[in-house]
Amino acid sequence: MKNKKLNSLMASPYLIWSIAFIIIPLLMVFYYGLTDKDGSFTFENITAITTPEHMKALGIALLLSLISTVICLLLAYPLAMILANMNGNKDRFIVLIFILPMWMNFLLRTLAWQTLLERSGVINQVLEFLHLPALEIINTPYAIILGMVYNFLPFMILPIYNVLNKIDRNVINAAKDLGANNVRTFLSITLPLSVPGIISGITMVFVPALTTFIISNLLGGSKILLIGNVIEQEFLQTSNWHLGSGLSMVLMLFIIISMIITAIFDKDGEGSAL
Amino acid sequence: MSNRLINLENITKSYGSQMVLDDMNLYIRENEFLTLLGPSGCGKTTTLRIIGGFETPDKGRVIFDGADITNLPPHKRQLNTVFQKYALFTHMNIAENIAFGLKIKGKSKAYIDDKIKYALKLVNLDGYEKRMPDSLSGGQQQRIAIARAIVNEPKVLLLDEPLGALDLKLRQDMQYELIRLKNELGITFIYVTHDQEEALTMSDTIVVMNQGYIQQIGTPEMIYNEPENAFVADFIGDSNIIGSTMIQDELVEILGARFACVDKGFGNNKPVDVVIRPEDVELVKPEEGTIKGVVSHLIFKGVHYEMEVMANGFEWLVHSTSLFPVGTEVGIKVDPFNIQIMNKPESEDEEAAPIEE
Repeated sequence: MKNKKLNSLMASPYLIWSIAFIIIPLLMVFYYGLTDKDGSFTFENITAITTPEHMKALGIALLLSLISTVICLLLAYPLAMILANMNGNKDRFIVLIFILPMWMNFLLRTLAWQTLLERSGVINQVLEFLHLPALEIINTPYAIILGMVYNFLPFMILPIYNVLNKIDRNVINAAKDLGANNVRTFLSITLPLSVPGIISGITMVFVPALTTFIISNLLGGSKILLIGNVIEQEFLQTSNWHLGSGLSMVLMLFIIISMIITAIFDKDGEGSAL
Repeated sequence: MSNRLINLENITKSYGSQMVLDDMNLYIRENEFLTLLGPSGCGKTTTLRIIGGFETPDKGRVIFDGADITNLPPHKRQLNTVFQKYALFTHMNIAENIAFGLKIKGKSKAYIDDKIKYALKLVNLDGYEKRMPDSLSGGQQQRIAIARAIVNEPKVLLLDEPLGALDLKLRQDMQYELIRLKNELGITFIYVTHDQEEALTMSDTIVVMNQGYIQQIGTPEMIYNEPENAFVADFIGDSNIIGSTMIQDELVEILGARFACVDKGFGNNKPVDVVIRPEDVELVKPEEGTIKGVVSHLIFKGVHYEMEVMANGFEWLVHSTSLFPVGTEVGIKVDPFNIQIMNKPESEDEEAAPIEE
C-alpha cells in the first residue's frame, strides 16, 4: 500500500507535465478545430482540407515524405547490415558518427544546407572550379527531399540496426547450415526478422517528414507549400487558429494511421528502442 | 565403426595473437558418437565450427568422405548443426522450421509433410506443426532444432552444447534421448560439451581438449580409468593427483610410503604423477593402512560420504559408504589396480591449465 502511494507520488511531476503540455494543448486543438470564429460547433475547418489548395499541399507533403522515407530505407538498410555484422566496438563508434549530426541544432543543420546549395553556394563554387554544370536544386522539391533525408536518416538507421543486431548469429548460421545461400538467408530469415525495425524506422521518418515546415521553408523557398507550411501560416500569418487546428487534426489522422501500422508489426517494441 | 568419415589434418587456427587450435589431427569414424570435451576456450567449439564450415582454418585440411571440404561454404556441406540455444526461426511455425532445409532442396510437398511427421514423432512432439517456437519450453525447442537438422538426412550431426541451457533433470532425459536418436538414425554425432558427465554417459569416443591441444582420445572407460595426464584426471571426475616417484616397475613411492601398482616401463626412480580416484581410496584401521591419517572434513552426499583425510601432508579426497567422523585416525589403502601412473608433462604445451569451476 505504501509503495503504491510512493509510486503515484513519484509519477506526479510527469502527470502534471503531461496534463499541462500535452492533454490541455491537444484539447485546445480539438476545441479550435471544431469551432468557428464565433465559437459555435462546425466541421468546416476539417472539411477545408478538400479545397484544391490544401489538397495540393497535403499531396505534395505525402509524396515528398514518402520519397524521402524510401530513400532513407534504401540508404539505411545496407548500412545497418554492415554495422550489425561488425565485430567488437567498431560498430558502436560508427553508429555514433551517424547520430553525431543530431547533436547539432536541427535548424542550424538545415540552414547549413541552404548555404551549401545556394546558386553561389559552396557546392556550386566547387563545381564551377571543376568546370562542371551548376547544381540548381535550391527551392525545388529535390532540395526538400535532400533536407528530409539528411535530417531523418539516423531515425531509420537506429531501429533497423537495433533489430539486426539482436538477431542471433546462430540463427543466420542455422539457415546456411540447412542449405540456404546468402541471398536465400537474407530473404527468408534476416529480412522478415527485421520487419519491426523497418516499420518503426518508416514511422520515425515519415511522420516528422510529413509534418515539417522548416525544411520546406528553408530549402524550398516559399514556392513549395507543404501541409505543414499551410498550417504554420494559418497560425502565424493569417492568425486563423480554427482552420490551422482543423488541418492539424486531419494530419493527426495520418499520423495515427501510421502509428497503428507500427503497433501491429512491432508488438514487442523491438524496433523503437533507441 | 571402422570407416574414417572425417579427417582433420594439421588444423591450426588463431584469432589475432591468440592460438585456438595448434596443429590438430583427429579422425572421426562413421556412425560414431564422438564428444569434444574441455573447459571453455579449449578450442572444442572452434573445431566444431571448422567442421561445420563457419570458420576456415589458418592451416590444415578438413577431409569429408574422401573429399577436401576445407573451403566449402556451410550450405554446401552434407552435415547439419544443432546450435547452442536452439537458433530456431522465430517467425516461422514448427512445421516451417523443419521444412526449411527440405524446401531449399526442392523436395515435393508430400515428401516434406511426411518428413515433418516422421521427425516430430522421432523427437516425441507429434502434433506440434502449427505451434510457434516461442510457445515451446527449452527442451521442446531443442528437440525441434534436432528435428530440423535430421530431416535433411545428414551423414553427420554436429551438436554444440545443445543441452547447456536446460535444467539438470531435463538434461539427463535428453542424454538418453540423444543416444536413442543416434542409434535409430545410424549417423555420426559430433558433440561438444564442457560437462564431463554428459560426455561419459553418451560417447563412444571422448576427445579431451585443453588450450588448443588434444589431451587424450579414448573410450569413456579409458578416459576415466586411465587418464594420460593430470589435466585429464582432474577434468574428468574428482581425483587425487599426487607428485610421486616410480621406484621400479610395479612399485611407486607416494608421499614417502611405498605402494604396489601394476604399471611398468616408467624407469627407476623417475618422478611421475599418480592419480587415485576418491572412490578407490580405502579407509581401514590405522595399523592396517599403508599410510596413517586423520579425517579432517566430512560431507554427506547422498550416495556416499565425501571425506578429506590429512595424511603425510596431503589432503586425500575419499568417497566411502562407511562413515568416519572428523578426527578419526584411519589408515589408507589402495588396490594396486586403482593406482594410475602418468608421466609428468614434459613441455609447457602439455602443461595442464588450472580449471575454473
